Amino acid sequence: MKSLITLKVNGDLFEIAVAPNRTLLEALRYECHLTGSKQGCDMGDCGACTVLIDGVPIQACITLAMDCVGKEIITVEGIARHNEPHPVQIAWNNQGASQCGYCTPGFMVVAKWLFDRNPDPTEEEIKTALSGNICRCTGYTKIISAMKEAIELMKDEQTAISHKG
Amino acid sequence: MIKPQKEKFSIIGNRLPKIEGFEKANGSALFTDDLVLPNMLIGKILRSPHPHALIKKIDTSKAEALPGVKAVMVGSELTEMYGVLPASQDETVLAIDKVRYIGDEVAAVAAIDEETAERACELIVVEYEVLKPCLTIEDGFREDIPKIHEHTKLANVMKEVHQEFGNVEEGFAEADFVMENEYFFEGNTHVPLEPHCAIGQWTNNRLTIWSSTQTPHYLHVALAKVLKMPRSHIRVIKPHIGAGYGGKSEPFALEFCAAWLSKKTGRPVKFLYSREEVFYAHRGRQPMKMILKTGVKNDGTLTGIHMRTFLDGGSFGSYGLVTTYYSGVFLTLPYKVKRFKFDAYRIYTNKPAGGPKRGHGAVQPRFAMECQMDKIAEKLGIDPIELRLKNAIEPNTMTVNSFRVTSCGIKDCLENTRKRSGWEMKFREFKNQSGKIIRKGIGVAASTYISGAGKSIIWNDMPHSGVQIKIDRGGGVTVFCGASDIGQGSDSMLAYVAAEVLGVEVTDVHVCQTDTHLTPVDLGSYSSRVTFMAGNACIQAAELIKTQLFEMASKKLGVKKDDLDCGRRLIFSKSDPSKFMDFVEAANMAESTFGTIGATGSYKPPKIGGTYKGSGAGPSPSYSFSTHIAEITLDVETGKVTVDKIWSAHDCGRALNPLIVEGQIEGSVYMGVGEALFEEHIFHKNGLHRNPSILEYKIPTILDTPEIESIIVESIDPEGPFGAKEAGEGPLHAAIPAIANAIFNAIGVRLDSTPFTPEKILKLLDEKTEAGDNNGKKKTRDIGAKKLVKSLETT
Repeated sequence: MKSLITLKVNGDLFEIAVAPNRTLLEALRYECHLTGSKQGCDMGDCGACTVLIDGVPIQACITLAMDCVGKEIITVEGIARHNEPHPVQIAWNNQGASQCGYCTPGFMVVAKWLFDRNPDPTEEEIKTALSGNICRCTGYTKIISAMKEAIELMKDEQTAISHKG
Repeated sequence: MIKPQKEKFSIIGNRLPKIEGFEKANGSALFTDDLVLPNMLIGKILRSPHPHALIKKIDTSKAEALPGVKAVMVGSELTEMYGVLPASQDETVLAIDKVRYIGDEVAAVAAIDEETAERACELIVVEYEVLKPCLTIEDGFREDIPKIHEHTKLANVMKEVHQEFGNVEEGFAEADFVMENEYFFEGNTHVPLEPHCAIGQWTNNRLTIWSSTQTPHYLHVALAKVLKMPRSHIRVIKPHIGAGYGGKSEPFALEFCAAWLSKKTGRPVKFLYSREEVFYAHRGRQPMKMILKTGVKNDGTLTGIHMRTFLDGGSFGSYGLVTTYYSGVFLTLPYKVKRFKFDAYRIYTNKPAGGPKRGHGAVQPRFAMECQMDKIAEKLGIDPIELRLKNAIEPNTMTVNSFRVTSCGIKDCLENTRKRSGWEMKFREFKNQSGKIIRKGIGVAASTYISGAGKSIIWNDMPHSGVQIKIDRGGGVTVFCGASDIGQGSDSMLAYVAAEVLGVEVTDVHVCQTDTHLTPVDLGSYSSRVTFMAGNACIQAAELIKTQLFEMASKKLGVKKDDLDCGRRLIFSKSDPSKFMDFVEAANMAESTFGTIGATGSYKPPKIGGTYKGSGAGPSPSYSFSTHIAEITLDVETGKVTVDKIWSAHDCGRALNPLIVEGQIEGSVYMGVGEALFEEHIFHKNGLHRNPSILEYKIPTILDTPEIESIIVESIDPEGPFGAKEAGEGPLHAAIPAIANAIFNAIGVRLDSTPFTPEKILKLLDEKTEAGDNNGKKKTRDIGAKKLVKSLETT
């Protein structure tokens, strides 16, 4: 039996009908038509489906949609700010940190979470934060470079803002 | 057809972002599973619970009666055999009379949703008569085990290869010593993050397939054959693809099922494999037993090589004929080998079929060869890098098995990694650690790979790659190409090449890729061929257009055509830069004069290779070269190996975009580290896959991956596009033996079988202690290959 629920995703409200066993990933992809989050393993192992739920990175493939009612969900589609790419997205592009790009949405979400809490993480902190996301293409080297470039881009942004202010 | 190489470039050689970089970073890049068609059904496959069994009866009536089920299909509906190689057509879409591995496809269902389709699969009743399975290489030679395929001549031996170039026995007689070792390479698999996915839409007796495939052309051919319809009525489209590494290089059951069930239902049907199904679909690195015998002179010269390989090929042929050849033939590179003998056997087993994985067939023998080179250096008391330098081939070499090597930077690779890694000091220092629990080690290995196969799978005289370019009235350049970007950056490569030749910006170029209704044929993203072949085709097309544009500019500016050059969207006089015109203006003038502006280019490899049986396997228009140095830390109490850093030098000809080449090197090294330390495709004794999930099949996370220093060595190939060669697969091979050699450097123990797990290391350390610590003198461990040879000799 399906129930009507409302999910708040990237600031928008989606009223959808879901069965009790519908995962958040399925609801996002097939009901909300937000296909950025990917199904890689469907068992919570690879991180390609990671979204933020109330600010915390969670694997959407092992989360029930119904459990997310009343929570703030952020997907890769909600990472850009004011129609401008997030610095981590700019850095990812500059550094060639996506090869096939299938894991990238999960990385974007975790990167946002990390930078929101800690805008200047060390390499070890970056690695620990990203350790639940599998990238099979890049060997992570360019991903680490992109994370470091993102930190610098955010510092430049801060400097620009403080000069304005 | 190859144009003279320009040395000054505006785009080539720069560290540019990929053309689809933002799409991937913001989640808008569309992969097959992201596509939803109106009225679409979901398909599921019922799979065999037995490794080897006859199908006596299938009853689908209950499944068909389930509300929401729109169609069910069984094997007898599509009986045409297919297989990616014309010489091994041994598969049907679904099993007809028998199943050949646990997970083999038996029936398929299309229903209104996934749950209904899954429930319907459960309602299908299949009666089996269970047969004795063939599960090991040794089993493959036993006549008392039923044949998996009726066509095999000797038991379950699918393919035998025997080659000899020069008299290898003479080589051994000439040697000061002969070294013979056994090696085993465990099977492993690709694990692309995107599971296989396909959507079939059958309308008006025509079929459109969207598929996550690396080889749309071969899929196109196979669909036409199996569905018995004209190829011109089938359209294959490849959306963005979540990587492949060889795992999506051939047609799979889901593509045929999506097509057939769409025909039966009149509605689009989508299949998305679960992760477990991806492990069954597999087609990955095949387990291989190897016996490598090498004759060596006391100065380190190799006098002859005899390699014997035994491949566990799984249930179907796949690319196995090629794999069997590849398991030996590349050992005539990158070292000078005057005499080479090679015997190989590929076995059908009741396990998921093996196939090509990054470095196809050559990674396993390279592991054996590079470990043995280390043993030879140890025995001779010379530096392993010096031994390799002494034997390294020079550019413009013909190997004993008629491989034509043009550019070759192997020596530069060795010198570069030696310098950058601090090898000289570390190699000696790490060797003399004693009593320490935590030990360091450093090891070296070299390798080589092809820049595309010189002969296509389907032998014909047609181009291996075609590119069509058209210019629109606003100056936009559209490149149509059937090459499959699977994440390696081939679309971007085409954009860089077109922009470089035409003198426009990369942002002016749009790449329309892989839609068989729109794009010329490219054979696919395998054998590291795309940059070399599609790149050359793209140069040819762009040059033709440039000729027309220069004709216009020559008239307008009043300068000779050979005085013209282009760049930054301008065409200008080289001798008088004040004379220039806009690219768009020239294009519009050309359109007024010649009509619509478009041109095609194509590439086919030159006639290369020998005339002996099997000579089609191995020749390539060009070869890449790599060397790796691995530095490790090993805990002798736990047996745990941590790879601290890998220096990887790769000769890729010219790096068209160093950023992307580095990415390819790093990805290859990463995958090699996984194969060395963790990855193994393992099975229960009854043939059940033991680890079909990303949790159980261990692949390196960001915490397990070493620091990788990629060193690009540019040998500038005379035939590559702007001098480029491959960088996609070559940099993987040497990672595994470099780590094995580093382990020896650290603890004096040889790891002759992969993966190098703590259990294995501890066991070897124990054996070493029992043997009285006389490392290097201990007899080679028996990995079973010699026993196999003995039993072969007695039959």
